[in-house]
Amino acid sequence: MEELFGNDEVGSNMLRELEYPFDNEYILKKAKSLKKALRKEDTKRIEKKIAVLGGSTTHDIIKVLELFLLNYGIEPVFFESEYAQYWQDVMFNEELKEFAPDIIYIHTSNRNIKEYPSVAQGSEQIEELLQQTYENYEVMWKKIEQEYHCPIIQNNMEAPFYRLLGNKDASDIHGRIHFINQLNEKFYAYASTHNNFYINDINYLASCYGIDKWSDPLFWHMYKYALCLPAVPTLAHNVANIIKAIYGKNKKSLVLDMDNTLWGGIVGDDGVENLEIGQETSMGQVFSEFQQYIKDHKDIGVMLNVSSKNEEENAIAGLEHPDSTLRPDDFILIKANWEPKSMNIQSIAKELNILPESLVFVDDNPAEREIVRQQVPGVAIPEIGSPEQYIRILDHSGFFEVTSLSEDDRKRNEMYKANVQRHQQEASFTDYSEYLKSLHMTGTIKAFEPMYMARIAQLTNKSNQFNLTTKRYTQSEIEETAADNNQITLYGKLEDKFGDNGVVSIVIGKIVENNNDYRQLDIDLWLMSCRVLKRDMEFAMMDELAAQCKEKGITQIKGYYYPTAKNAMVKDFYATLGFTKEKEDEIGNTVWYYKIDTVYEKKNHVIKVNER
Amino acid sequence: MSREEVFEKLNEVFRDVFDEEDITVTETTTADDIEDWDSLEHINLMAAVEQEFGIKFTMGQIVTMKNVGEMATIILEKLA
Repeated sequence: MEELFGNDEVGSNMLRELEYPFDNEYILKKAKSLKKALRKEDTKRIEKKIAVLGGSTTHDIIKVLELFLLNYGIEPVFFESEYAQYWQDVMFNEELKEFAPDIIYIHTSNRNIKEYPSVAQGSEQIEELLQQTYENYEVMWKKIEQEYHCPIIQNNMEAPFYRLLGNKDASDIHGRIHFINQLNEKFYAYASTHNNFYINDINYLASCYGIDKWSDPLFWHMYKYALCLPAVPTLAHNVANIIKAIYGKNKKSLVLDMDNTLWGGIVGDDGVENLEIGQETSMGQVFSEFQQYIKDHKDIGVMLNVSSKNEEENAIAGLEHPDSTLRPDDFILIKANWEPKSMNIQSIAKELNILPESLVFVDDNPAEREIVRQQVPGVAIPEIGSPEQYIRILDHSGFFEVTSLSEDDRKRNEMYKANVQRHQQEASFTDYSEYLKSLHMTGTIKAFEPMYMARIAQLTNKSNQFNLTTKRYTQSEIEETAADNNQITLYGKLEDKFGDNGVVSIVIGKIVENNNDYRQLDIDLWLMSCRVLKRDMEFAMMDELAAQCKEKGITQIKGYYYPTAKNAMVKDFYATLGFTKEKEDEIGNTVWYYKIDTVYEKKNHVIKVNER
Repeated sequence: MSREEVFEKLNEVFRDVFDEEDITVTETTTADDIEDWDSLEHINLMAAVEQEFGIKFTMGQIVTMKNVGEMATIILEKLA
């Protein structure tokens, strides 16, 4: 179940010391004991090999990055380049090749710009200098793409700490700021045309932190650090956020309190007309800005819910306040009652089919936050501060770090709402197959197509429950698989009268010749999102797989089930498809086979497939 | 703050940074006396000392400090 167990490796008790807003100095000082505390936890983590290739010292960056990654449920194994050898390592270092990184992080900064424009130079010379500076990077990125096929995290350039031309430094072609901005634009152009390439925006981080402090020359000249030591946790947190997002460990949903969180005042006591929301008062404006910020999360696929101690009619009345930006239909679930919030939050997780670990709970009341922290471990509960700080704290926490914007993300709220409607309709049918027919489902089941590669890779990293082998793929691995003629790939997309579920199922199989006797398909991956459980989508996938096998002269399909803590629901999946069990070992790994008869009887009768 | 008090606080900082409960520094303690005190940890040590006493060392001071005693002297000057 993709959503239900998306974060299964995350330890449920994360270290508060590593949650934003954190104390940078404390983290640096206590790094060793924090690491011990993280290691003490009996947490299952995914292991990832991370190459940190620096243009300056990276020692403490790696040390602190490790803490944040461990806290996110990722066990990093690091490769650290020799001092400032980032370029040489990518281009020539055999050890890096042997290391076979899962991610390469390139920590460069404006200290690595060897030559800036001089005032004597003309625009053509400067353009050439810019191009040269840029190409050094592009050559390296392309090399990584070809040799390593792994995601790249690349720092952009931070603003310089002085301005020879004063304010003109930004607008004049001879200015360093101008040069750096142009260079950054080129980085962004590359990012926008290459998947698997992520900008670590140190330009923004440095400006938030304060460029005078961030770029304190003492740290460069003393230790060859491109940023001041106290800023290291800020940088490492930002990198860790990108990495955890790449591996599908983002949060998915907000659960919001109402009174004094979404508006000023208490709707039940003060009355709707006295709430502080809208442009009349400064407090009202602060809450309006916050509401807009929350509402915009719908567009990046974050699901909005409410948990509020209120009469339901008062809660709805508050959201119907003429100045309320958030409206009742912006939310998937509104739990306005007098039950403990911990119970409401658990039932929200259950109804949305997601784990509490995927939720962020936002409440102005420290006591409520503490109770939920105790009762529902795993929920992220930021110390949200006062209303004018809400946005910064939520935003800098990086809960919803965007790595790619898929169509699915934009539509997620609608999809989940449609699911709620489906459940209501389901209740009105006595015969389940009648209900399925009433959904008027149409499916698209085809070999991987370029437009879905990001979503497919995302699914392989997020699905845990309906997942037979739990094999993870990066986007470039998915692309390679799709291009391989000896593999069959299928994605399944499902629509019904309530909406489009998007890509929900993936099958990957390898064709093997068995002693030139017959052709067999080994299924490396079979997964399905829990959004579409019990919709017969798995049968539609099987039908299409069988059809493709026949076309390629494959007469036997082999399926493998590798048990994990989460995928017991598909233990006998192959049996339901008519496979025969061939063997089972002592830890429960099973192997199944299926002979494709000349006459294959379709198993799906409710979804119309590939009819458009 | 007395010199003794400075040393007491320095002991706490050293214990935190090197994560060893039994470190006690003296006037003549240098990097050679503490196993993990290399040039990389030195950066963290300086930052932690600065934070503990609410002071900032200049580059010149960091470069010339020869032992913990000199560090304490500089700290006391800054606090005066």
